[in-house]
Amino acid sequence: MTEFFDMLREWPPERVRDLLEGSDCEQAVERALARPVPEAHDFAALLSPAAALRLEPMARRAAALTRQRFGHVLQFYAPLYVSNHCVNSCRYCGFNRRNRVQRRCLTIDEAVAEATVLAEQGFRHILLVSGEDRKAVPVDYFTELTVRLRQLFASIAIEIYPLAEAGYRRLVEAGVDSLTLYQETYLPDLYSRMHPDGPKRDFRFRLESVERAARAGVAFLGIGALLGLADWRVDGFYVGLHARWLLRNYWRQQVSVSFPRLRQASGALIPPCPVDDRAFVQLMIAQRLFLPDAGLVLSTREDAELRDRLIPLAVTRLSAGSKTTPGGYANKADGEPQFEVQDHRSLAAMHERVRQLGFDPVDKDWDCAYHSP
Amino acid sequence: MKALIIAGRTFASRLFIGTGKFASGAQMAKAVESCGSQLVTVALRRVDLARPAEDDPVIAHLDPDKVMIVPNTSGARNADEAVRIARLARQAGGFDWIKLEVTPDPNYLLPDPVETLRAAQLLVKEGFVVMPYINADPVLARRLEEIGTATVMPLAAPIGTNRGLETREMIRIIVEQAQVPVVVDAGLGLPSHAAAAIELGADAVLANTAIATAGDPVAMAQAFAMAVQAAELGLDADPGGERKLASASSPLTGFLR
Repeated sequence: MTEFFDMLREWPPERVRDLLEGSDCEQAVERALARPVPEAHDFAALLSPAAALRLEPMARRAAALTRQRFGHVLQFYAPLYVSNHCVNSCRYCGFNRRNRVQRRCLTIDEAVAEATVLAEQGFRHILLVSGEDRKAVPVDYFTELTVRLRQLFASIAIEIYPLAEAGYRRLVEAGVDSLTLYQETYLPDLYSRMHPDGPKRDFRFRLESVERAARAGVAFLGIGALLGLADWRVDGFYVGLHARWLLRNYWRQQVSVSFPRLRQASGALIPPCPVDDRAFVQLMIAQRLFLPDAGLVLSTREDAELRDRLIPLAVTRLSAGSKTTPGGYANKADGEPQFEVQDHRSLAAMHERVRQLGFDPVDKDWDCAYHSP
Repeated sequence: MKALIIAGRTFASRLFIGTGKFASGAQMAKAVESCGSQLVTVALRRVDLARPAEDDPVIAHLDPDKVMIVPNTSGARNADEAVRIARLARQAGGFDWIKLEVTPDPNYLLPDPVETLRAAQLLVKEGFVVMPYINADPVLARRLEEIGTATVMPLAAPIGTNRGLETREMIRIIVEQAQVPVVVDAGLGLPSHAAAAIELGADAVLANTAIATAGDPVAMAQAFAMAVQAAELGLDADPGGERKLASASSPLTGFLR
């Protein structure tokens, strides 16, 4: 098996840019659209400036593929921020250790209280999120919390610092079934500049976390690049390549792609390569055409109007009513959020809206019983 | 055709419906009702067994007097997971019939023959009425029948693809050999595909994506029901055999009479 790290080397950014800007691009887009299963070079064509002129046929195909594979169904989840302590200095992030923000780490009881609020709202899929500080929230913290949450939720996901395989295995044994871990950017030089110190500097350890989690038995793998750090076409290409590589090599796992678009956080840099709505849509539908089976996830980073418009296109999973501050649900915490939520609609309001749009809102699409004796 | 009886229960309709992918529970129920189906499958991963059935977003829409609800183990990646979720369904929901799906590959959702056989053995022993979803593998179908499954459910094409009877020859053999009802499941995209499966000798068909993702799911469900009935009626009418060559109206040996 070729390591994905080595595969990335076969696709240096110059090679990707050549494909994106090639003189043959318009024809390449047509060929890509005609192909039953697009290959990597077709995918580059779909991400290219030339494809921006063909958004409508791409969108129609993306919507049809999504309906056929996933039906008229949208699945909901809620993030639960348990800690904003962080040992890294990511230049774009509000939780950056150098920022003088109010730090908070929920006790297990506090986190359960928060989760109970979410369960009462109707959520059955929960995503536990924390800043990267394994002293503040060690693996034991998540195993203990997961065991307590299993009564309340059908699926428990984590978005925390990268672990060795043994760590993921312990989480799986406790009942974690899903992992979200963004590489942030797949461009190693930019990655180094954005992560000047802390354990996150290790590009490869982060890159291969998802594989370690898969080997440990995590069933659902979520990846993504932060949109705004690099040229979205280039990083989007790598995300698709990574997703397909995971699908081919870890065939028992389900892979999903998220589209976290950077907004300016306090004490953080202004996104150097902002992504406008048109680009955002092109990226999402190109991912769908390249990855017909992947879950595509949309968070409340995006506003209500855009989310509503994207629902019929290619989205399969949405968060709702999110608070990105530890303690934000039960305790009305006023600490620093990781990002400003743009869509404040509750789960109930989202259900209603999704129904109006002709879709079935689904809160439960997994069961903890699959994993536990 | 002889009556369709599965585990002692008679079904008037040979069309079974899967309940995923519909735009709403109400739309699903209307499609089921309009086509007269008497058996629907529901994914356990979607059902909240802790909640009363009348609150469940899928089950609440179905009338258990008119339609039998058979839970499926969709999402199970090995026998242990499938058995665990089936037991839970029986314990919490009182379900004794189970559509067994063991699909370790979450993309094409192709059934794992080894784990399906193992799960079927365990579930049959525990008294479940087991309806296993399988690839169109005649030997596996016989093995499952031997251990006591109530049906076999070979796929026509990969699930959700709407491609029709791509496994025609293998399904023909399964039908020829089977002592239990054969339900052709997965991949049927058009009413004519369903009719073709019945004409091939299948006892029933199960459709979901073709109906749920049609522009008008209720009309499509009716169309499937009519196609199944047409095929059934046609078989009862004893069709003339198929020939490779046209038969000459003036036989060459006619002078011998």
